[in-house]
Amino acid sequence: MSFLESFWRQRLELLLAAGRAAGADLVEVFLERGDRLGVLAEQERVTSVSPSFATGAGVRVFLGAEQGHRDGFVSTNDLSEQGLLHALDQALGMLSLQRPGGNGTNLADFQGLAELSDFGAGKQDWLGRCPGVETIADRLLEGTARLEQHGQHLQARRGNYSRDWQEVLVAASDGTFARDLRLHQTLGLSVLAADGEHRAGVARRFGSTDLPEDLMVWDADGTARDITSSSATMLYADYVDAGTYPVVLANKFGGVIFHEACGHLLETTQIERGTTPFAKRIGEPIAHESVTAIDEGLSPQSFGSLSMDDEGKAPQRTTLIENGILKAFLSDRAGEMRTGQPRTGSGRRQSYSFAAASRMRNTFIAAGPHSPQDLIGSVDRGLYCKVMGGGSVGPTGQFNFSVEEGYLIEDGQLGKPVKGATLIGDAETVMPRISMCANDLDLAAGFCGSVSGSVYVTVGQPHVKVDAITVGGR
Amino acid sequence: MLDPQQLHDQLEQLARSKGISQWDLGATSSTDLSVQVDRGEPRQLKGAQRSAVTVRAWSTDGRVGITSSTDLSADGLALALSGAAEASAFGDLQEPPGLSCRSTEPTASIERPMREAQPIQQMLSTLLDAEKQLLDRHSSISTVPYNGLSERSGERIYLNSLGARRHERLSSSSLYLYARAEQDGRKPRSAGAVRLAHGSAELDVRGCIDEAAELTISHLDYAPIDTGSYTCVFSPDAFLDLIGAFSNIFNARAVLDGLSLSNRDSLGQQLAVPFLSLWDDARHPANLGASAFDGEGTPTARLPLIDGGVLSHFLHSEGTARQFGVAPTGHAGMGAKVSVGPDWFEVGATPGAGCGDSSLDRHRADGVVWIDSLSALHAGVKASQGAFSLPFDGWLLKGGERRSIEAATVAGDIRTVLRSIVALEGDPEVTPDGLCPHVWVEGLAITGEAE
Repeated sequence: MSFLESFWRQRLELLLAAGRAAGADLVEVFLERGDRLGVLAEQERVTSVSPSFATGAGVRVFLGAEQGHRDGFVSTNDLSEQGLLHALDQALGMLSLQRPGGNGTNLADFQGLAELSDFGAGKQDWLGRCPGVETIADRLLEGTARLEQHGQHLQARRGNYSRDWQEVLVAASDGTFARDLRLHQTLGLSVLAADGEHRAGVARRFGSTDLPEDLMVWDADGTARDITSSSATMLYADYVDAGTYPVVLANKFGGVIFHEACGHLLETTQIERGTTPFAKRIGEPIAHESVTAIDEGLSPQSFGSLSMDDEGKAPQRTTLIENGILKAFLSDRAGEMRTGQPRTGSGRRQSYSFAAASRMRNTFIAAGPHSPQDLIGSVDRGLYCKVMGGGSVGPTGQFNFSVEEGYLIEDGQLGKPVKGATLIGDAETVMPRISMCANDLDLAAGFCGSVSGSVYVTVGQPHVKVDAITVGGR
Repeated sequence: MLDPQQLHDQLEQLARSKGISQWDLGATSSTDLSVQVDRGEPRQLKGAQRSAVTVRAWSTDGRVGITSSTDLSADGLALALSGAAEASAFGDLQEPPGLSCRSTEPTASIERPMREAQPIQQMLSTLLDAEKQLLDRHSSISTVPYNGLSERSGERIYLNSLGARRHERLSSSSLYLYARAEQDGRKPRSAGAVRLAHGSAELDVRGCIDEAAELTISHLDYAPIDTGSYTCVFSPDAFLDLIGAFSNIFNARAVLDGLSLSNRDSLGQQLAVPFLSLWDDARHPANLGASAFDGEGTPTARLPLIDGGVLSHFLHSEGTARQFGVAPTGHAGMGAKVSVGPDWFEVGATPGAGCGDSSLDRHRADGVVWIDSLSALHAGVKASQGAFSLPFDGWLLKGGERRSIEAATVAGDIRTVLRSIVALEGDPEVTPDGLCPHVWVEGLAITGEAE
């Protein structure tokens, strides 16, 4: 029996049993140990190296169905026996429960933890295999040097790296006992180009999961060429004219439109809140028949992939929409309890200080039959969104995205570059307007912020055409 | 409870044993409680005990290393100091941060009452009652999907090898209510309100309900707006959001990094209309998060940023101040590369310069767009380019009557906005981010969905 097993199994079983004895329907403990590193390079020098370490626990207590599966959640940095008991007592107190005094812990209601599902086996050396600070610095400085080599009018050049190594242990009174080691690395280059009043900021970020040596195979020169080409194009671009146009969204990060506009509305947290228009529409058309959308946590090394979710459940491939028909929601433990939607291995959280919630993983629109040129060629006058920026969705389903690099489409051909565009709309209106999907599905790493914090995700799609969408501009 | 003297002694001893002569430490500890409800039932109750410590250590050649941890124990401190010392091997020699020469200056006290947190069941009862009252205000208000009542008590310290021993405690509470209204055949609409106080017993719950209800109901009757150029009046919240998003104009760190709209020569240049002035004032009595010192231990103070429309000062850390040959202003974070940022803005009229066109009154205006709140600033603001294109909630004013605007965006350039202000209307209002009147700006691009 490993140290982890022997040390934590006993402690956690006592904690879970105590929670059950107090009257909790279910008790869950999430333990985390994190080792993170950030490195920043600017121009020709490294200006920041920032290591950080964190340990903590999140204790969640649920009541039963007759009390609406209410829950209380408490997080703490204190992993001592007393610290965890204090957190449990607080969580119980939120539900007006109290541990029995004296030796009142009744183990009869708790069958003990199952055999450890150790998804971390075989990953023990990942942290040690990650590049050291000197190597990281060399690679980042190579990137900023390539930017200088290929770019013009560059006022600022930056490269940044982050490494997030995380060990998690999940134990619950239903017997769940699982451990995982995770490794996420991101690497980004960015520039600010300036010429008089003209300015353009361009950035690219790459992310990987479970690949300790990924930094070594990064194509610094290719990234720098891509960025400087974009900055040179966008530096003198005009602002886009406002209006309602057909829009062609490029593949990869173009998938952020589905993520924001529709994906969030297919999380059970939205059903619980009453903020999704799709709550009762399983089996009904909610998108154009050309749209099939999938969320999964399985693709090797993708940024949103998981060996297990943050509730100890193995991930799966979930078809959300098939040929326009709504098929499933993304569900976590609380979502299953409260909405009846089966768990999909989508219970995710940024860290121990958040309760898990149903969240997306690798989310994409499936490839279609067309070529990208088919889509562009079908538009008389519209907008081609080559690079999308961030976006968000509000409580009424209204979404917005910024377009970082856009081009006019005129008579089926790409025209001059334009900047300052924002796409706005709502999912119910826009999803039926995605009328063409190309055959070039590709994915891009990103971050998603929501109720359970910021989590690693992949967005993706092939080139898609939206027949009409409002474009905010000048 | 954090014990600054004990931590100082511990770290000094550890540093001496490792041959480290220059170091500093920032630490926080907090306890949080929050509740959410959903249609008469508790939704999620949360609590947290958090601690964090950041230690910096300087090598003998002046390079700095840093390490952060959640472990405030003696072992944790020792690990953090060792980590910082190791990281200093990679510190920046060209522009290393130092200790603030002002970190040992006395700080003026800030009136900041500490409030005991209420029992969580009391908080729950308050929020359930607030939700019910809001749902009862109008038949179309079906849910309050985003709501929360929270309490926090915390403390922070800053210590360094020059002898600085800063320590302060803070309690705060917040209430937010965002209602969703639905009517047959119409799109759902949403609006809300926020209130802050030192403790939940002092929260203006009724005011929050009133504002959330009034705003939500005001957006029920909506219409698309024609795309075009409009005169806009920004609410205090919206204008402060915009100023905050472009605060790199005042940020000396961003100036040095080439990421600001300003440069070293911008001080003294006309940035805005002459009747506009702007201050940063962390210590303002209305700032519930007022802090007496920044991340480097420098005392905070009121600082004019725009004086009579002229850019008058930059925000500084120790390092940027050294490069500009001025004193640090109390706006630093703590890091291997020290960030700089504003605390709490105060927008007002320049003394003796009037308020612009005093005839403008949004309650009698016609054809004017009233921008109540801006959204998605993280995506729609290009801070280093000056440009923005942002969704907003607001109304089109006709004869002083408000008609809610369906989905729309406002776009422009912050430098143009500051030079196109035509009036500051009414008394400044306190918001979570600062103090500001309603601000009239002409010639902004609005994109609407009217055919």
